[in-house]
Parts: sequence; C-alpha cells; structure tokens
Amino acid sequence: MALYSEKVMDHFLHPRNVGVIEDADAVGEVGNAKCGDIMKMYLKIKDDIVEDVRFETFGCGSAIASSSMATEMIKGKPLSEVKNLTNKAVTEALDGLPAHKIHCSVLAEEAIHSALDDYYRRRSETEKASD
Amino acid sequence: MNIYADHAATTAMSEAAIDAMTRCMREEYGNPSSLYKIGQRAKEVLEQAREDVASVIGAEPREVYFTSGGSEADNQAIRSAALAGKKKGKNHIISTAFEHHAVLHTLEQLKAEGFEVTLLDVHENGVVRPEEVEAAIRPETCLVTVMYANNEIGTIQPIREIGAICRARQVLFHTDAVQAAGPLAIDVQAENIDYLSASAHKFHGPKGTGFLYARKGVPLIPLINGGAQEKNRRAGTENLPGIVGMAAALKETVALRDAEAARLTKLRDRLIEGLKEIPHSALNGDAEKRLPGNVSFCFEGIEGESLLLLLDEKGISASSGSACTSGSLDPSHVLLAIGRVHDVAHGSLRLTLGRENTPEDVEYIISAVKNVVSYLRGFSPVWRDLQSGKTPFIL
Ligand SMILES: Cc1ncc(COP(=O)(O)O)c(C=O)c1O
Ligand SMILES: [Zn+2]
Repeated sequence: MALYSEKVMDHFLHPRNVGVIEDADAVGEVGNAKCGDIMKMYLKIKDDIVEDVRFETFGCGSAIASSSMATEMIKGKPLSEVKNLTNKAVTEALDGLPAHKIHCSVLAEEAIHSALDDYYRRRSETEKASD
Repeated sequence: MNIYADHAATTAMSEAAIDAMTRCMREEYGNPSSLYKIGQRAKEVLEQAREDVASVIGAEPREVYFTSGGSEADNQAIRSAALAGKKKGKNHIISTAFEHHAVLHTLEQLKAEGFEVTLLDVHENGVVRPEEVEAAIRPETCLVTVMYANNEIGTIQPIREIGAICRARQVLFHTDAVQAAGPLAIDVQAENIDYLSASAHKFHGPKGTGFLYARKGVPLIPLINGGAQEKNRRAGTENLPGIVGMAAALKETVALRDAEAARLTKLRDRLIEGLKEIPHSALNGDAEKRLPGNVSFCFEGIEGESLLLLLDEKGISASSGSACTSGSLDPSHVLLAIGRVHDVAHGSLRLTLGRENTPEDVEYIISAVKNVVSYLRGFSPVWRDLQSGKTPFIL
C-alpha cells in the first residue's frame, strides 16, 4: 500500500491555489522550521466571502496536500462557514491520512484561523481609524 | 525510468546469492545439529559459509557468529562487553553521537541499568577524532563502540587508530560495520577490532541475516537462550539459506570491490559536483573520508519528504533525514550531530549509489533534483523569507 491515498497524492502533485496574493486582506502563517512544516495562507475577502485564496507551504506531502485541499474547501465560502473548517473535515476530504501525518495537516486549519484573526484585527483597526 | 539510489537502506539481492540460497533450500534442508548424513552435510555448508565470511575480514572461522542481522550483532556485542565490565566494576562506555539506533538505544537501556555513557562529538565533517577517544577513556571504561562508516552521511571513521588506542589502554573495542563490510577492506587483526557487526542485506545478500565477529577470548553472552548452536552464544536452528546467501553475496562483493570502489567514487563525486550547483545547498560530512556511493545534501528552504515523493514520481528512490520522513518531530540525529540546525536538516537528501547505477543515472538524478528543489522553493514561505532577506541564509 502506498503511504498516501490517491486524493492526497493528487493534491500533493497538483496543488491547487498555490502562490501569493500581494494585496491580501488577510494573511495567516503557522508552524515553524524547527518542527518541520510551515504554512502561509493569503485571503482576498469581499462582503464576508472568501473571493480568492492562495497558499505557500514548506512541508511534507501531508502538509502540502492539506493546504491545497483546505483552500478548495474555503474558496467562495462565507466567513461564517470558513471559521468552522476543521482539520477533520480536511483529512476526510483527502480520504484520510496516516496517523503520524495528522499533526502536519492540522496546520491548514490553523493557518486559515490565523488568517481570519488577522482579518478581524485589521477590520477593527480600520473601524477605529475611521471613528 | 527506475533508478534505485538507496543502497544504504538495502540492496537488491545478487543472482549469485539467490542461486546459492535456492540451491540450499532445495538441497540442504537438513538440520546442522543432526547426526545423520543430511544433517552433517548441512553442517558442512554452514561451516563453509563461516570460513568464507571469516576470511574476508581476516578472522578465524570460530570467531564468526551468525545473527539475524546488524541490530542483533550490535546488541549482543555491546551487552556482552558491558556485562563483563560491570562484573569488574567498570561501568563506563564510550560511543559517538551519530551511531545507528541499534547502538544508541542499547546504550540508552544500559544507562537505565546504571552505566555511564560518553557520546563523542563527530564534528562538522562527521569524523571522530582518535585523540578524543583516548582522552575519554577512564579506568572504569569497559567498551568503546564507534561505527566504521555512518549510514546517513557515509563518513568513514579512523577505526585503525581507535583500535590501536583501545588495545593499548586494554579497553574492548566494537565497531558497527554494517555500512562498511563489503564495500571497504577490513582486517580485524591489523585494526585491533574486538567485535564487528555486519548485515547481509547491505551487500546484496538476504535480509534478516548478519554476523558478529567476536575475537577469541572476548566476553560473549547469548541474547537468545536455548540450544547449543553457535557455540552456545546464539540459540536456534541456523538460518542456513540466509547464511549461505550472505556468504555468496559477500564473496562476490569482495571480488568486485576495488573496481566498484573506483567506479562508484567517480559517480559519487560527479553527483556531488552536480548538486553543489544548486544554490544554498551543502554536502553533509567529509568529502573524502566517505563511502564510495554516499551523497548526502541539505537544501535550504525545502522539506525532505516532499522532495522524496517528487523524486519517486520521477522514478528515483532516495531517502531523507527530515522529521516528516521519520514520523517524529526531530530531524535525523546524525545531521544534528554534525551541527546542522533543524531548519536545514529538514531539507536533507541521501542518495546512495551502488552496483546497478550508471553515469546516465547520475546525470538524470542531478537534473531531477535541481528541478524538484527549485519547484518546491517556488512555493516555500521559508524560501521566500530567505530570498527577501527577512531571515538570513544558513547555507
Ligand atoms: C550502521 C547500521 N547499523 C545497524 C543497522 C541495522 O542492521 P539490520 O537491519 O541488519 O538489523 C543498519 C541498517 O539499517 C545500519 O545502517
Ligand atoms: Zn509533515
């Protein structure tokens, strides 16, 4: 049996939404080089909907495939839905991951949540500024 | 396209070994301990294999004990020397920080049993310094265990010098020669080796078979108790087909050795030269004191597992010391021991060339690795930060 499912390999070999959004409305970065995986998510948000999303990942097959899958799952979705995205849902969409690889995939959920935090922080700052 | 470049992990069995094994399985089914002719013939085959193996390392046949592989041989040698030491009140063992886990985990266990263990520095070039071995020896030192050549970075250790020091200081000396036995010429007499571990599957023999050389007179206790096989040092009916396959593979490897060493060294150096063209990369371990087929690199800004998966897609089998390939959070202890920081150690690649590899393979590997490294760097946030100057390059 192969290490990864066909779905994982598909997302790993042909990652969706790779890259950077220069004028992103939100950026989330999680992980560190010490533990081995780093993920960065860029969001373009309009009317509380994720209009566009891009990612950059330093990491293993599991980390890259999870990033790719997670971007597909949130693209075009309202923030109310995006904030409920879980690692479990990402893993299931990938037809599962080996047990010791789950911890790498958690970063996708964390990166998106970190980007949302960034978005709300930026919004409250502009609201304050315009007060 | 299929290029196997992971000969340090294991090797394909040679036709000579397969032939010897199948012949043995068909014709020599007897138990070497039985007194009738079929048994005694099996016994002869067993002892012939022992002679063949012994002659390769300059040992006497009775100093060779067949085991289930390198791990068992390491465990048995270290435990035997440690227990004998303990009886004399000697509870200190010297080893190195980058041994195989078969050695390190055995030492961990001995530590829990009250032994004191000194792990010597292997320095940036991955080579132990004999004078540091000498300086670490104390009156209560019962064993020095230093690997012959490292399995990840391929560096060859100054075994002869260490052997001489241990002999002069009357300390037992074990070497894990799993990566060296076969490709390198070894003489246990000239090098003052008391114990040596080897494993058949690293030199085109079968898996699950190896041997321990134990100089006559050194302590040797069984790990497996039972029958009187292997002079009471290793119970259990002998794995005769495996042992015969190992002997055939070893003989063949030794016959090809000098020509292969010269050929592989050339391929290795070409591969190193090609990979060095990748910016912000570095060879791991000494460039000269290394096994003929070993190439180990770190590439900054990328992670090893994804590198391996993409190389696999291109038909190249290789390995890495990244955390994600080991299933733990830490990258290889070998890379950390030569001073590679975590960030860099995650981006490691080990290519170990062997008998089937050709110059064309090497050129293909060079272009594939260049390709994959630059592809992965293309969407690595770590690489972005390095390139923009946000974090400084290490390599
Ligand atoms: C240096 C070294 N020691 C010990 C071993 C273990 O050998 P075996 O797999 O035969 O138990 C290996 C093989 O992975 C090795 O490379
Ligand atoms: Zn990972």
